[in-house]
Amino acid sequence: MTPLLQVQGIAKFYGARRGCEDVSFDLYPGEVMGIVGESGSGKSTLLSCLAGHLPPDRGEVIFDTRADGPRDTLTMSEPERRMLMRTDWAFVHQHARDGLRMGVSAGGNVGERLMAVGARHYGDIRDQAVDWLGRVEIAADRVDDKPQAFSGGMQQRLQIARNLVTGPRLVFMDEPTGGLDVSVQARLLDLLRGLVREMGLSAIIVTHDLAVVRLLADRLMVMKDGRVVEDGLTDQVLDDPQHGYTQLLVSSVLQV
Amino acid sequence: MSDYNFAYLDEQTKRMIRRAILKGLAIPGYQVPFASREMPMPYGWGTGGVQVSAACLTPDDTFKVIDQGADDTTNAVSIRKFFEKTAQVATTEETARASLIQTRHRIPEEALSEDQILVYQVPIPEPLRFLEPSEVETRKMHSLEEYGLMHVKLYEDISQHGAIATAYAYPVKVEGRYVMDPSPIPKFDNPKLGMAAIQLFGAGREQRIYALPPYTAVVSLDFEDHPFEPSKADHDCDLCGASDSYLDEVIVDDAGGRMFVCSDTDYCRSRRAAGHVGAQGAPYEEGAA
Amino acid sequence: MIEIEGLGKSFTLHNQGGAVIPVMAGAHLRVARGECVALTGTSGAGKSTLMRMIYGNYRASAGQIMVGESDIAQAAPREIIQLRRDTLGYVSQFLRVVPRVPTREVVAEPLLTLGVTRTDAIARAEALLARLNIPEALWSLSPTTFSGGEQQRVNIARGFAHAFPALLLDEPTASLDAANREVVMGLIEEAKARGAAIIGIFHDEAARGQVCDREVDVGAFAPEQAA
Repeated sequence: MTPLLQVQGIAKFYGARRGCEDVSFDLYPGEVMGIVGESGSGKSTLLSCLAGHLPPDRGEVIFDTRADGPRDTLTMSEPERRMLMRTDWAFVHQHARDGLRMGVSAGGNVGERLMAVGARHYGDIRDQAVDWLGRVEIAADRVDDKPQAFSGGMQQRLQIARNLVTGPRLVFMDEPTGGLDVSVQARLLDLLRGLVREMGLSAIIVTHDLAVVRLLADRLMVMKDGRVVEDGLTDQVLDDPQHGYTQLLVSSVLQV
Repeated sequence: MSDYNFAYLDEQTKRMIRRAILKGLAIPGYQVPFASREMPMPYGWGTGGVQVSAACLTPDDTFKVIDQGADDTTNAVSIRKFFEKTAQVATTEETARASLIQTRHRIPEEALSEDQILVYQVPIPEPLRFLEPSEVETRKMHSLEEYGLMHVKLYEDISQHGAIATAYAYPVKVEGRYVMDPSPIPKFDNPKLGMAAIQLFGAGREQRIYALPPYTAVVSLDFEDHPFEPSKADHDCDLCGASDSYLDEVIVDDAGGRMFVCSDTDYCRSRRAAGHVGAQGAPYEEGAA
Repeated sequence: MIEIEGLGKSFTLHNQGGAVIPVMAGAHLRVARGECVALTGTSGAGKSTLMRMIYGNYRASAGQIMVGESDIAQAAPREIIQLRRDTLGYVSQFLRVVPRVPTREVVAEPLLTLGVTRTDAIARAEALLARLNIPEALWSLSPTTFSGGEQQRVNIARGFAHAFPALLLDEPTASLDAANREVVMGLIEEAKARGAAIIGIFHDEAARGQVCDREVDVGAFAPEQAA
């Protein structure tokens, strides 16, 4: 089986300071990988490099494209990469307002990616928007409301609907449950698990919340000072951590 | 003899603007940046259009200015006088006699010809600005032809109003390539954008010039199930009886009385001169208002 | 079906002076299809550790753990993930689920992951819940609020939803009353009958005697204390 994403030797420096270095891994279709680490560990830099938001200094991010098979997204032309970003890739931001158009209705937010790939039938676009709102548990009668009128959890679910409407194969998530109430987090986690399973999505989730990765991620990468210190099956890394830093991280979590 | 250089601007500046105009004509619908000058009038009063007109005017030109179709509003009168003073060009209110027409918010009703130039005053040249505040991003969207966002705006219209409610500055696609804001003309005027005359658009504050060469293919954006419809008030002109012209609604008394009249004052006047009379119109008399 | 050779395990505590604690050495075990083997030994002898290594939850320090054609000790994460989906089931003592997910969904999830249709998966889940005497009124609630015994039974239902060829059972009958204990015994017998290889930890000696074909004393795999 061809990996959906092959990451090889990614490095990004900010001047002399290391953002991340020597990061390599393969992600297979249907896999969810978590990246954990404390603030400044380089996990967000890495995600930005992988998702095409930040050009890395070194390395390759090879995606198995539908049309031409594995291609390095860093050497693709910009139009190709941007097309990828709004079709086969999706990015869920920590703050919904970074990923939504706050001045546009829920339906318009969900419909944008459809219109971006050429949908020109209002009725069809709206039907799909309503369908997706339903899948993220937002009532159909909210389709014309603006995100400002939504709670934080609803905004985050709207962001997910907006991202998944074009049936992407790879979703990048940056602290998707950060800043949400615990009860809202749980609902979102369940939703994400269901969507990952039903759509066969692959996902890369950056978070500092070990409970989130335990419930969502199949695999886990632990980062410290810009490098990957440990990786493996999520429950194995959390229950039998091999690296000192991971042991510290796991033992530092408050037990409930 | 005034102390101004011909048409106010210095020759270097006019050359710079002409280069921008030529580039704009070569790439229809593309917004060409230019070094907009301070003009002796505030932004919003047509500084972009005035600079484009200044760069195009020759001493042989006959100049006409309309604001919302009318020759006699403050803005139109000021600009006309400005060029009378700084360029000593002939001016006219008759569309057919003008070689260069500067306009704000309208296209004349009378079809323009190949030897005319229509200059638009543009407040916000970027059609994507409504939804994308970043200039870097909108430029990228133009260069990569990522125009889905434009339809988001139309989608919002339909979802809120049941139809595309954008009535003016209705976005168009030029020669199948650039999406362009035709300036705040009513969408009634959009079908005229493929006209025989050269059309130049100047935005002073935003420092952009763009253009449509004669007979350019200009398509108003729409949805398959909500096609573009140029619309106007469902009336005839109360003064000249025209059924095919864009109308202004005028409140005439404190009791809610109103009448609909042609927004193109020259068109209305010429029709009345030819003997047409509307529902509330009196027979035309030369010299009467 | 399950073949373990030369298996060793030690923990290195980097944050406690790098102390290395060996917990197992030279472990070996074979379980054939249709066979149920009980792990025995004193508390702390390493029964759960061995079980966790077989499931890939703990990393083996030495040796091999063959489950079917795969060596868990060497397998890449995605192989283990796949193995856990279709081949290797595990019923732990603790229920770990996303809060607020209905019990019915929790039990059906392993089947849904395998691509079983929603209707079939839910039907199978409900049948198991009924058999394990979970009142129907609770099926649409999250099990996080259930009593210990109820949670244990939900866990068992989830573990038996898919007919895994290999099953690991960690105290499946603990905290169950006699009636439910019999239901679980029945489930284990059925799994054996269809050819599942089962490794279990049973505190309950009667249960052990009832379903297990052999016992393996994990104490025999204790590392040499000399080092």
